[in-house]
Amino acid sequence: MSHDGIHPEPTSFWRKHVFSVDHKVIAKQFLWFGLVWLLIGGMMAMMIRWQLANPGEPFPVLGALLFPSTGGVIQPDTYNVLFTMHGTIMIFLGLTPVLIGCFGNYCIPMLIGARDMIVPLLNMLSFWTLMLGGAVGFYSLLVPLGASEAGWTGYPTLSTTVGAPGSGETLWALAVFLIGASSIMGGINYITTIVRLRAPGMTWSRLPLTIWGMFFTAILNVLFLPVIGSAMILLVLDRAFGTQFYVPATMIDGGGGDPILYQHLFWIFGHPEVYILILPAWGFISDFLSFFARKPAFGYRVTVGAMLAVTVLSAVVYGHHMFTTGLSPMLGESFMLLTMIISVPGEILFFNWLHTIWRGSLRLTTPMLFSLGTVFVFGLGGLTGLYLATISTDIFLHDTYFVVGHFHLTMAASSLFGAFAAIYFWMPKMFGRMLDERLGKLHFWATFIPLTIVFCVMFWSGYAGMPRRYYDHTYLEYLRDLQHLNVLTSAAAFLLGAAQLIFAFNFIRSRWWGAKAPTNPWEVGTLDMAVPSPVPYYNFETIPTVVTGPHEFSNPAIPDGKDWIFQTEPLADRAAAPTDPSAQPAASH
Amino acid sequence: MSDAHAAPAQVPYDPHFGEATGGKVGMWTFIAQDGMSFGGLLLAYGILRITAIDWPSPVAILGINLTAFATFLLICSSVSMVLGVDAAKAGKQKALVFWLMLTILGGIGFLSIQYYEYGQLLHHGIGFAESSFDYNDGAGMVPINNLFGSTFYVVTGFHGLHVFSGVVYLTCILINSLKGKYTQGGISYSPVELVGLFWHFVDLVWILVFTFIYLL
Repeated sequence: MSHDGIHPEPTSFWRKHVFSVDHKVIAKQFLWFGLVWLLIGGMMAMMIRWQLANPGEPFPVLGALLFPSTGGVIQPDTYNVLFTMHGTIMIFLGLTPVLIGCFGNYCIPMLIGARDMIVPLLNMLSFWTLMLGGAVGFYSLLVPLGASEAGWTGYPTLSTTVGAPGSGETLWALAVFLIGASSIMGGINYITTIVRLRAPGMTWSRLPLTIWGMFFTAILNVLFLPVIGSAMILLVLDRAFGTQFYVPATMIDGGGGDPILYQHLFWIFGHPEVYILILPAWGFISDFLSFFARKPAFGYRVTVGAMLAVTVLSAVVYGHHMFTTGLSPMLGESFMLLTMIISVPGEILFFNWLHTIWRGSLRLTTPMLFSLGTVFVFGLGGLTGLYLATISTDIFLHDTYFVVGHFHLTMAASSLFGAFAAIYFWMPKMFGRMLDERLGKLHFWATFIPLTIVFCVMFWSGYAGMPRRYYDHTYLEYLRDLQHLNVLTSAAAFLLGAAQLIFAFNFIRSRWWGAKAPTNPWEVGTLDMAVPSPVPYYNFETIPTVVTGPHEFSNPAIPDGKDWIFQTEPLADRAAAPTDPSAQPAASH
Repeated sequence: MSDAHAAPAQVPYDPHFGEATGGKVGMWTFIAQDGMSFGGLLLAYGILRITAIDWPSPVAILGINLTAFATFLLICSSVSMVLGVDAAKAGKQKALVFWLMLTILGGIGFLSIQYYEYGQLLHHGIGFAESSFDYNDGAGMVPINNLFGSTFYVVTGFHGLHVFSGVVYLTCILINSLKGKYTQGGISYSPVELVGLFWHFVDLVWILVFTFIYLL
């Protein structure tokens, strides 16, 4: 059976690098695509912060290039475009491709012991649909009257033809639809691959937690992106074909549509989306904390159960985004209760992570630093979520920078840290080159400290009443007193932005000129670490047979005096070497 | 499955999913997502209808009898689909081709009726963006809630698109079954089963759409 199904590698440039069906090439395409968009979205964040710190001042250097007609000053409509497209780009074109597109594609076949995704062609189509969505999104920045200005949520009536007359909003909706379709294709592929293509012996309880995170993310993608797809179809019909699904009766004679309908449809998707972005990161760090603490992941089954609970609960809490919309108070209270319940599995995960590193022999490599950073910022973000889940405090904090700080810490910062951890961790296997550790650590601290300042100061200013999405808050006297906080946030944000240049430099340099990666750079036992770096075209010469769990560290039953063991290697006879029961692999079925 | 270089060794036995092929797991996942997109549209329809002050009675406007016949046709095509899958399992190529053709005819019949229905409705003033209706023959057009037409065309149109894709899908399967691809024993019948799953889903969704849009 050894060489069954290994096909010759394609030789033409197009089939090899562009229209490739190889999951590893597609993963790299997703990675580059996502990193470029993260750069664009990050640049927009810098402009937003510039305007908030220095209202009406020309944006240095780039400003004169991008807005020549105003001498570099960001105009109010441009500002609206900036915060709208910053959100849309970061979520749909930055984090989703890097976290799910890249590492879903790379990790799933590699960690479960398969040669590729179950439908490689669908995988390729998923990337090219995303590419099309990205192209439409980018084009929308160039049309007359500008791109979408309705906020990343695109609420009607802001997003109806009355609120947004240009074609930018229509293109935005189309882009979101296309990106959603791409994620659905990926999701179906991921689920089917994980269910059907696990190597012999790779039982559900021997899956690395990364795969569990990806599995739940794929389920949420498949179930909830169709709902925003329907919402976007109706929005496009409203804008381009004269229907009035979202146009309230008072706006246009004879209407009778319901703008709140859009909010329901949007948040039915929108809340799971938060977990779509965070679950892969949870998966990565649950593995990495164990890998670099040289200890088994604490409570493997409970971690999986908590992730499952979050996945299920995420579908029934969306109403907490609409507390101030005018829900029935009974409905609001149920949503509040359900939202609070999410913190239970959230805390279980948190304590499992802490227990995993507790008394471990920590190796503070860059991926480990980013994993610890994820735990920290997710803790901050999660705690502040409770204030927003409570109706009485949410009404006060709604639409302030408190909300901005909260969701950036949870879905942006934690996901981004998880993505960075994964990039530092799998770069050697993907590209065959190590990222520079010293620059990596510098990148971590230069990101972590300003990032914490940026979003924690946002809690402060938001609590004091600083509203989000205001073009120039200095018009209002009570907000003028908060200017020093905005300046502090912006200063930290610029440092945060500058720190990413370290990563860009490190990534580009290491990609081509970095140190050659050894086969198993981190001394862990997952299946991908047994094949050469970079991974050959066919992944596994023989499909491996798995006999141990992914987190067998420091187990006395490991032969040869190592503290780790490949998932394909059996532990020594347990009767001969009595072991600590907590170090046993999670029992298989 | 693309034969590029997938060839995923053997599919291991799994206590939870038994011998289900990848295609089957994938098709069920797809059906779940498709169900959610119908869910989104039907939810929109429900909210718009409940919150509207003046929603006309669909029974008064839509031709229930004709659509009931179309529904019957679609259900019959589901039956012929089941018989087709059985024929494929039993390795009877001629029977498979026969039942597939009948299924396709059912789908085409449904689509033709929908085409005729749309024409009639447009003729009677139920437009996509603006609706009016002549309640008493010749008494004159009365404007009705324009969302009636919009939701009607979006939901039934989305379903019609599914029937159309189903017919195309079935035709592809028919062409292959003429070559005898699915009647070679073993799990060679599996693609017929998959198209059957999709076709039953389209059928089942229509029962819901018919109930919510036409009957209630």
